[in-house]
Amino acid sequence: MNRLKLAGAAIALGLMVSPAMASKTLEAIKKKGEVSCGVNTGLGGFGIADSSGKWTGFDVDFCRAVAAAALGDANKVRYVPLSAAQRFTALQSGEIDLLSRNTTWTMSRDTQLGTTFGVTTFYDGQGFLIPKKLKVKSAKQLKGATVCVQSGTTTEKNLADYFRQQKMQYKPVVYEDLKALIAAYNEGRCAVFTSDASQLAAIRANDMKVPDDHMILPEIISKEPLGPLVRRGDDDWAKLVTWVHFAMITAEELEITSANVDAKRSETIPEIQRLLGQGNNDFGKSIGVDAAWAYRVIKQVGNYGEVFERNVGAKTPLKLSRGQNDLWTKGGLQYAPPIR
Amino acid sequence: MPIWLAPYFKGRFNAMTSLALLLLLGALLWETLPWLVGNAVWTNDLDACRAARGEGACWGLVGEKWRLILFGRYPFEELWRPTLACLTMVSACIVLSRREWWSTRVIGGAVLVVVFAVLLMLGGFAGLSEVPTERFGGLALTLLLAIVGNLLSLPLAVLLALGRCSDLPFIRTVCSGFVELVRGVPLVTVLFMASFMFPLFLPSGMNPDVLLRVAVGLTLFSAAYQAEVIRGGINSVSRGQIEAAQSLGMGYWQTQTKVVLPQAFRVVVPPLVNSFIALFKDTSLVTIVSLFELFGSLKLALADPQWRPFYVEGFLFVALVYWVFCSAMSRYATGLEKDFAQARR
Amino acid sequence: MGGGIFLLSNKRVRALIWQVVLGLVLLAGLGVLVQNLSDNMARRGVEFGFGFLSGPAGFDIAERLIAYDADSTYWRAYVVGVINTLRVALIGIVLATLFGLMIAIGSLSFNPLLQRLCRGYVEVIRNVPLLLQLFFWYLSLAAGLPDNDNPFELGLGIVLSKSGLQIPWFIEGGWDLEFPEAGPFGMVGGAALSPEFMALLAGLSIYTSAFIAEVIRAGILSVPKGQYEAARALGLSAGQQLRFVILPQAMRVAIPPMTNQYLNLTKNSSLAVAIGYPELVSVATTTLNQTGHAVEALAILMLVYLTMSLLTSLLMHRFERATALRER
Repeated sequence: MNRLKLAGAAIALGLMVSPAMASKTLEAIKKKGEVSCGVNTGLGGFGIADSSGKWTGFDVDFCRAVAAAALGDANKVRYVPLSAAQRFTALQSGEIDLLSRNTTWTMSRDTQLGTTFGVTTFYDGQGFLIPKKLKVKSAKQLKGATVCVQSGTTTEKNLADYFRQQKMQYKPVVYEDLKALIAAYNEGRCAVFTSDASQLAAIRANDMKVPDDHMILPEIISKEPLGPLVRRGDDDWAKLVTWVHFAMITAEELEITSANVDAKRSETIPEIQRLLGQGNNDFGKSIGVDAAWAYRVIKQVGNYGEVFERNVGAKTPLKLSRGQNDLWTKGGLQYAPPIR
Repeated sequence: MPIWLAPYFKGRFNAMTSLALLLLLGALLWETLPWLVGNAVWTNDLDACRAARGEGACWGLVGEKWRLILFGRYPFEELWRPTLACLTMVSACIVLSRREWWSTRVIGGAVLVVVFAVLLMLGGFAGLSEVPTERFGGLALTLLLAIVGNLLSLPLAVLLALGRCSDLPFIRTVCSGFVELVRGVPLVTVLFMASFMFPLFLPSGMNPDVLLRVAVGLTLFSAAYQAEVIRGGINSVSRGQIEAAQSLGMGYWQTQTKVVLPQAFRVVVPPLVNSFIALFKDTSLVTIVSLFELFGSLKLALADPQWRPFYVEGFLFVALVYWVFCSAMSRYATGLEKDFAQARR
Repeated sequence: MGGGIFLLSNKRVRALIWQVVLGLVLLAGLGVLVQNLSDNMARRGVEFGFGFLSGPAGFDIAERLIAYDADSTYWRAYVVGVINTLRVALIGIVLATLFGLMIAIGSLSFNPLLQRLCRGYVEVIRNVPLLLQLFFWYLSLAAGLPDNDNPFELGLGIVLSKSGLQIPWFIEGGWDLEFPEAGPFGMVGGAALSPEFMALLAGLSIYTSAFIAEVIRAGILSVPKGQYEAARALGLSAGQQLRFVILPQAMRVAIPPMTNQYLNLTKNSSLAVAIGYPELVSVATTTLNQTGHAVEALAILMLVYLTMSLLTSLLMHRFERATALRER
């Protein structure tokens, strides 16, 4: 009898010392009433806050889509601006539930950091921004250049690899703070600025005194598939995040927009019914939400095409074309598995 | 030669130095005064500023961005809260600085006032809206971090100092080890530890606020430095005092609190104020972990590409604010030192 | 009057009990922390270990005194960081001491104008945070340095431009000098002191010089008046007085706090992470970022700084003991 008591006490002690398994992310979010989303500190088109504190951007809209699916309201998001150095630790420690901050999907980030990607929301590549007055037409002419690059990013590594491959010397100018880096480029501290081509477009449009004095060189030296990142060990949450993106792609394929989604609800086409949760279809249950999850995403945020055009499309200062981010039916890479 | 000019010009070398310095100062003032005051733009007019570039300072930057610099991104409607909080904290400090009013009751009252100020800024009760800590910023955040960090670290510093002077070898080693460890590393590493490593040491699910983590880091850091200062004070109390107390039958804690510490206190206050000044300046480092106190808010304000060329004016303004606070404290410390030195004589 | 009460009232026993209790509490606390740490690391799939140090770093470091490229190990990156820290710290210490000495002597001179100016300098520099001053220097250099297309020639082949101060230097493995010349992107050739390095050096030296000036001033003031009078009675000139009588005695008092300031300068070099100079903290944070081994990376960082501090403390104790006045 005494030994049992001892064992029980030991187990109790052990349980007290080793923490209980954390509750699933979705339950925690539902209890909190908001999704904590890690975003960029200020990158036009992807994650930027205006002076009244309102966040807009491609990655921000993805956060809103996840909130619309999980909590029913796209505005129930707490945005946590993070630098490139802090983003992974913030996710690992639980400070944020989702990192939507133009983060490149790489093997090491997928396997070694205790985090996992699910999907690529934006296909990008690394490029070079250079003042036109230097009369450089190709990245192969950049021998000996000073190159501004942000520290702690895949950009830094790709830069090193590219110049080594081309057997060219270069001088990196490395800062952690993106704004300081842009200022250094503006002041002439470095001749070239390297980053993801979409970031370069944003910087060229927003942060250069005369955007037309600068050009993006034609060479894209790396693959930069950008996507949302979540913690390992919570499969259901990862699946939710992944399928929110697929729902947005599917909506665009089916030509459902935020304007016509209400009307589309009454259509009898089986694919649309399955997406919008009409009839007996309830695919939301399997990811922990209700049947109208995709409907809410499209109504409150929009389909993929709408989000793209609103934030980085032809009418925005970034003027990015769909390119690789177009639907697979139009020659791009965005392809969603069927919702059935 | 008039009597007041004599010290400047008596002697050849003296006179030459004075002349050279006067010329230098004159040239400097001739160049900078017009820029600083004469041709300066005092309104928030961006075009006027651009037109005056190089000739006149753009003090419109301050007029345009003062809210950001002083309060960070605190919601505009609730700005009365950080203002009230800062005023009460500063008044508490001024009250604490008057020697006539030193007593445990006053110190306790000051602590309560600071707690009230923090709660006021946080909100979430009595009809006050809750403001998340990442919106705290500017001078309000600097004052908050500096005052809270200094106040909280004092009791810990006293314990550490007593521990280092203790007869018990284990306690002495542990306290000395902690103090030497913290003093041997830069504050930046302590802040990184607080930001990246604290969450790893807590049970999963517990996720303290960034501000809280940084405040804890700053407190531990300043406690170590203050412990050294207090230890110097404790050592300055002659052994005779301790022996007298022991012969009166006082135990360890009674001796320390009633005999040693009050006497150490007089010696210790001026260097403690110096360490307060150092912590006040060190709050600028929290920019590195993305908290936007006074200097960080300046950088935020300068991130606006329209106003970025006028960074010099911004820097001068913020430097002035720091200088006002720090030199006031420094003057106070020197005054205290003089008073104590006189009293001892 | 039992054995129990006797034990408790014995001072030695009480002290022992206190220590044992505190030791157990500390151990329990550490145990909880370590347990939490291992749990959290396991949940993230990150293993504790220093093996990552031998992996390829993958990032380049612009300024380095030893051979290093993106293929070198993280360990080598750390070494480069340490060398960069020492580089700026040692030169900074020399400059700060020189400035500090000049200001201290100026603040004690007979000329009230000079006195006031020096004291004013100290007042201003000491009361503005170092980070602010560093940024100010960095931004001024960035804006003020001449463009790369028309650099400023200082003669002897030394060139000043936005890429820094370029001086002729030896080509590797030989004694031939290589002179900087204009390339398509700025000056190439020779060795360069980057604007980041120059800004860091300027900021650190000037900031620390104000504190060192105060320390030396206090030291000089601590020399008793009798020494001045005796030196004057011996017919020494002002300069000789300073060199042979005042300064040596002043230094004895001033050396410990000055060493403290040197340590502060070395620790303050960690702020370089904010202006982009690749010293130790900067390398450590990039490593931490890329490998996820936060605890190990920071531990190595703290260990290096601790070693530097402890070594300096040891040296200072030796020096103090060697130069202590042997009172009769």
